[in-house]
Amino acid sequence: MKRHIVLRVIAKLLIPPILLFALYVQFHGDFGPGGGFQAGVIFGAGFILYALIYGVENAQRVAPPGVVRVLVALGVLIFAGVGVVDLILGGNYLDYNVMAADPVAGQHIGIIAVELGVGITVAAVMMTIFFAFAGRER
Amino acid sequence: MLSGIYSLLTAGLFVTLDAVDVAFTEAAVGGGISTVLLLGTLALTGADSKPRRGRWRVALPVVLITGGALIYGTFDMPRFGDPNAPIHRHVVPRYIDDSLQETGLPNIVTSVLASYRGYDTMGEVTVIFTAGIGVMLLLGTATRRRRRPQPAETRPAAREPVEAEAAKPELAREEGA
Repeated sequence: MKRHIVLRVIAKLLIPPILLFALYVQFHGDFGPGGGFQAGVIFGAGFILYALIYGVENAQRVAPPGVVRVLVALGVLIFAGVGVVDLILGGNYLDYNVMAADPVAGQHIGIIAVELGVGITVAAVMMTIFFAFAGRER
Repeated sequence: MLSGIYSLLTAGLFVTLDAVDVAFTEAAVGGGISTVLLLGTLALTGADSKPRRGRWRVALPVVLITGGALIYGTFDMPRFGDPNAPIHRHVVPRYIDDSLQETGLPNIVTSVLASYRGYDTMGEVTVIFTAGIGVMLLLGTATRRRRRPQPAETRPAAREPVEAEAAKPELAREEGA
């Protein structure tokens, strides 16, 4: 892909808006359409586009496989951890009402945390799967 | 290629059905990532499959019977957009009427997914997590691959064949893409 200058320039223009849009979908998902899964997929797609155009080696320099692998587990841990925090605070598992003095505010905190966990895991898994496919040179 | 186009069309269909969340997912996963993964698999394995004769004699009746049963099943479904369908009468009125007061979120889809059906969503995340772990275990990860060429560098004689072999799939992938 080194010679395709049009692809390289267009990708360079497109990738920042893609990542920014993913973050918007992630953190605006409670008001507009979207949420953790969509955001994670878009974020992962941005990285995959980068890896397709600029090579897997360069993409892995940005997102080292070791870090991505930790993120895969971290997202699930955040989700499950929110449930445990609710248990400690005296509610049921994943009952966000107890996370703040006001039940509605608690719901908001819980949903944002949970969606963040979903987004992290989905983005990391998408990158991991792509790297696993693209990394099999032999 | 066809599956990518199909996914993009489906995403457009979801937009016209006002299911923007699903359209996002379909466009990104179906149109983007899975097409890339399919092409990557083709580059790794080659496009030819081993011809198998006579298999269709078993496969065709199985496919026809399954498809017929599924189509027969759809006759029992409520009409499209029927407001009296069971799915619109059970918990949906509560979500539509009360979710804004109970969760403070204007997007009902998010409040259902993350709050009312939090267990389901956690299960889904665990499924994705498990899929990632499975791919890592089956295909190996990049760190193990990177460790392999290192002994070759200490022996210059063994180095060149490794590089020549590594260059081949690169060519194949460029053709595939």
